[in-house]
Amino acid sequence: MREFAYQRAHDVPGAVALLGTVPDARFLGGGTNLVDLMKTGVERPALLVDVRQLPLGEIELTEDGGLRIGATVTNSDVAAHPEVRRRYPALAQAVLAGASGQLRNMATVGGNLLQRTRCGYFADPTHTSCNKRVPGSGCAAVRGEHHNHAILGASAHCVATHPSDMGVALAAFDAVVSFESADGQGELALSDFYLPVGETPHLETALPPGALITAVTLPPAPVAAASRYRKVRERASYAFAIGSLAAALDVRDGVVHEVRLAFGAVASRPWRAREAERVLTGGPATAEAFAAAADAELAAAEPLPDNGYKVPLLHNLVVTVLTELAEEAAR
Amino acid sequence: MTAVTPLRGAVGTAHTRIEGRDKVTGAARYAGELPFAELAHGWLVLSTVARGHIRSVEDGAVLELPGVLAVLHHGNAPRVETDYSGLMGMRPDPSVALFQHDRVPCAGWPVALVVAETSEQAREAAEALEVRYDEEPHDVGLRTGHPGTYTPADAPHAPAVTAKGDLEAELARSTVVLEAEYSTPEEHHNSMEPHAATARWEGGRLEVVDSNQGAVWVRNELANLFSLDPGSVRVLSEHVGGGFGSKGVRAHQVAAVMAATLLQRPVRVVLTRRQMFSLVGYRSPTAQRVRLGADADGRLRVLEHQALSQSSTVYEFLEPSAAPGRVLYDAVAHRTAHELVRLDVPTPTFMRAPGEAPGSFALESAIDELAEKCGIDPIELRARNLPEAGPVSGLPYAGRGLLTCFREGARRFGWADRDPRPGLRREGHWLLGTGTAAATFPAGAVPSTAAITAQADGTYTVRITAADIGTGARTALTLIAADALHVGTDRVHVLIGDSDFGPAMMAGGSMGTSSWGRAIIAAADALRERLALTDGVLPEGIPPEGITERSDTTAALAARPPKERHSYGAQFAEVAVDVSTGEVRVRRMLGIFAAGRIINPLTARAQFTGGMVWGISMALHEEAVRDRASGGLVGNDLAGYHIAAHADVPALEADWVDDPDPDDPAGIKGIGEIGIVGAAAAIANAVHHATGVRHRRLPIRPDRVLQGEA
Amino acid sequence: MALPTTGSTTLIINGEKYPLSVDHRTTLLDALRERLDLTGTKKGCDQGQCGACTVLIDGRRSLSCLQLAVAADGREITTIEGVADGDQLHPVQQAFLDLDGYQCGYCTPGQICSALGVIEEHAAGWPSAVTADVRPEAGPSALTDEEIRERMSGNLCRCGAYVSIVRAVARAAASARTPESTEVQA
Repeated sequence: MREFAYQRAHDVPGAVALLGTVPDARFLGGGTNLVDLMKTGVERPALLVDVRQLPLGEIELTEDGGLRIGATVTNSDVAAHPEVRRRYPALAQAVLAGASGQLRNMATVGGNLLQRTRCGYFADPTHTSCNKRVPGSGCAAVRGEHHNHAILGASAHCVATHPSDMGVALAAFDAVVSFESADGQGELALSDFYLPVGETPHLETALPPGALITAVTLPPAPVAAASRYRKVRERASYAFAIGSLAAALDVRDGVVHEVRLAFGAVASRPWRAREAERVLTGGPATAEAFAAAADAELAAAEPLPDNGYKVPLLHNLVVTVLTELAEEAAR
Repeated sequence: MTAVTPLRGAVGTAHTRIEGRDKVTGAARYAGELPFAELAHGWLVLSTVARGHIRSVEDGAVLELPGVLAVLHHGNAPRVETDYSGLMGMRPDPSVALFQHDRVPCAGWPVALVVAETSEQAREAAEALEVRYDEEPHDVGLRTGHPGTYTPADAPHAPAVTAKGDLEAELARSTVVLEAEYSTPEEHHNSMEPHAATARWEGGRLEVVDSNQGAVWVRNELANLFSLDPGSVRVLSEHVGGGFGSKGVRAHQVAAVMAATLLQRPVRVVLTRRQMFSLVGYRSPTAQRVRLGADADGRLRVLEHQALSQSSTVYEFLEPSAAPGRVLYDAVAHRTAHELVRLDVPTPTFMRAPGEAPGSFALESAIDELAEKCGIDPIELRARNLPEAGPVSGLPYAGRGLLTCFREGARRFGWADRDPRPGLRREGHWLLGTGTAAATFPAGAVPSTAAITAQADGTYTVRITAADIGTGARTALTLIAADALHVGTDRVHVLIGDSDFGPAMMAGGSMGTSSWGRAIIAAADALRERLALTDGVLPEGIPPEGITERSDTTAALAARPPKERHSYGAQFAEVAVDVSTGEVRVRRMLGIFAAGRIINPLTARAQFTGGMVWGISMALHEEAVRDRASGGLVGNDLAGYHIAAHADVPALEADWVDDPDPDDPAGIKGIGEIGIVGAAAAIANAVHHATGVRHRRLPIRPDRVLQGEA
Repeated sequence: MALPTTGSTTLIINGEKYPLSVDHRTTLLDALRERLDLTGTKKGCDQGQCGACTVLIDGRRSLSCLQLAVAADGREITTIEGVADGDQLHPVQQAFLDLDGYQCGYCTPGQICSALGVIEEHAAGWPSAVTADVRPEAGPSALTDEEIRERMSGNLCRCGAYVSIVRAVARAAASARTPESTEVQA
């Protein structure tokens, strides 16, 4: 870890200004990902701007009945918040499925969205080929260890997945990311927040340079009240997903009135399954329809030799979870 | 023959750990935690190429960095001696002969040590150190049929190959034949405490505060390596945060000694978690083939177990996976054989139940498969094939409690109600199944010395170079000493982990407590005789320095009659499998063990269940992945290399049957490793019972279950 | 512009103030172990992947290996050395001792600090990943063994002492269930 300067920001414009003073500066939130990456030499910032104490730590109801979650709210506080648990239970479940109690107490919402992939080639600089870490150096995973890599939206340049659980639920609920940069405030829909992989896997988000995430807003979504997050991983807890699903379902008279589906651990970003949603909406809420919708979404999958299991895994998760939600709605 | 010491109340009674209070308050100091004035910090630099030569170590720039005191590498390091016989007559693994040449035999090979005033400075300098290599093509892939495959030479008491009878003829005569291949991956010890050592010269002696499984062992190795008189080296290792076979002499101690000698100040070297994956050994991956032939009634005509493992190009280490068949079952034609391939990888080493852990997965899965083919209950099939004498050695057994364990376990687990047909039991999304497997591990003892001092205040101090790596050894030895001295445990103080206490067995091979206990009993007997003690009440006139008796068990152990000495166990597991997601959950496990006299039921239960947790981990989680292209590991940390977490472990039960070893003065056989043996097979057999799919490749990961991979 | 790479921080540990000048790279874990001789907090992985370094920061269990010391300025830190009341062990410590909730002991301080957090978080009504219904209307879940296992899963134990650790946490939690049980600090 190289030596670095440290500054604590007291307000948002000040934080943004501080970051602009030095190249290779980073915002420090909970540090749960950044400090680890600094220790392993993946990140070598010259300045850390500590944003933990900025006044961005509140969860508020918005006027239209949504929720605005400040960027420095901890994961724990998101999952414990009564309105999150009541209005967006899948979000609480997704947060609780991630990391550990200790990490959730430290990690912030803004940092969660910006966390880096856990691809073993990316996270260990002794591996020389990683286009995300060293642009142009190649992708070792494509021909190497990739059983937990992407099946959707990847490219020959990078097959890493986004590790967030929280982000999968946020994607399902049409979250909007607010930010502030030297040029002022702005917003990005989560669906536009992450850039396509293409030939530039090192460019991960559409945030302007030096921008600080200030909040994540969830628009009102009555469908989210009947929602669920289901995560599959290689041990029962404290592990990243190999496949996960955030689902919400509103069934009226046996017909799908509204459905939300997002996949985790299958792409470089939380994967909103819009094709599956389109196929389902207005149709019957049956296991056959759920299966057909999953197939429609997964038709775009391009598995590598060792991660093809993710196709049936996600298929099965969609059918199982939607069936559960439909049965619960019928009760 | 030694008489088994009668129980006097301490042995066999649950006792909380002597050092427990220190452990729950944080007062217990581990190796990297003792303060030293002028302490400098060393950080190892490891090779990033898997094979080749070091062209240059660009240490000039690094030496200019703040706080950097020295950079040691092959160009400037002191020479060390490797031409000696160490532990058990083995030559040292050249992996610990640091910085002696420019050759790089594997990724993660230590190429330099950076020493700095603070650990932050040392880490940054180590990261910044540029090492240039001339790379050569490497081969890190173990596979059957590898052209480099060979049969290693026999080790003492452990032939590479054993064979009797005509395999092909007996196969032809068999009604039922099972032939299957099994594999286990590269596995890593991952003790929670990383390896750490602080070396310093103090009063003309080299003192190393270390975390190891045997202070005398490490002392002797360091004395040999640095051509020092053993008496001028002292190794201290009071609290050890787990070892599992990985904590012998390793790069960190050697590096610390080199730097402390060069700088003439204390130097501490602590391995990072990632470095541990390259520097402390690991369990070789295995590819195993089992052939069984049986009559219709399940009696074995053929048992053949062939096991392939890997070692490095610099040292031969064999994972003896075919060993369990030499003990568990007889057959008309019986063959166990080991093969090796030398690859551009770090040297593997002993890891909890070396041989028996991976070997029992293959053999005990195969026995389960055979039982299914024969239509015979797997416990009954095992019962029909228990040998009267060692199938290979012909020696009598010093007790063989396997069947007793199965009978007791079956009763408590509810085995009699089991429908053997697979794939029948469902609970929601979960398919349920149960499985069982046998466990065996050798029992033995190694010559050791102990000293006991009777003190004027009526207490006794026991000094022995034992190690408590979490086994509860300190407590068990206190109980043994109390009974041997005929006093209460409150009057016995056991000191361990100091090489100055004299030669003794290390904590390993499930032989620690037996070896140390024997030495303590011998010293206690001598002391009681010398002082004519009846009830441990000391006579008047004990001098201030106390009265000390020493023991050495070399002669007594040599006189022990040769026998097949083993601990046994029966493992039972119930699993739930969601075939739509591939998730496997262990719902309950029961292990019943016949493992000699149990000294401290509280800590013994922990040894057994801890081993069973390792079995869960081995069955479902553990797998180090080596990248063929770079030759290095991918995901070599605790997020990438999964060990069982709390949520993976149900309320395991372990218990035991009475089984004192008649030839051990405390009746001990050893319990440290038996808990893992057979556990993975029991789980794999249960997964088959749940789903009908036989998983012959560990770990049974969700992707493999989803693909119905057999 | 060369900004300083060291700075001063005041750590409040077990109620005592420790003013320190630190290299910004120094983690709270290393400050405890290497600067303040508070070695009860353990370094198992130094990457947030094992839980051995768990301490309470402002009452919440946290990983000291990922917490920069300079950023912990002014925060209230409780380490294993501050858990007991003088010679009187905390009920969680006593339960670990009595029920053999450890083997090698290296993960133990982290397990104990984590257990303190688990008991408080549960008392505050926080759900977990195995809570069947997270909606507030469903009410708090009982602290079953399954709940304890999930909530403690961030603390690895390679010795495999999980069975007795869960038993110890359950016993300590039962003894802590009093009407005036404290809230988790926000």
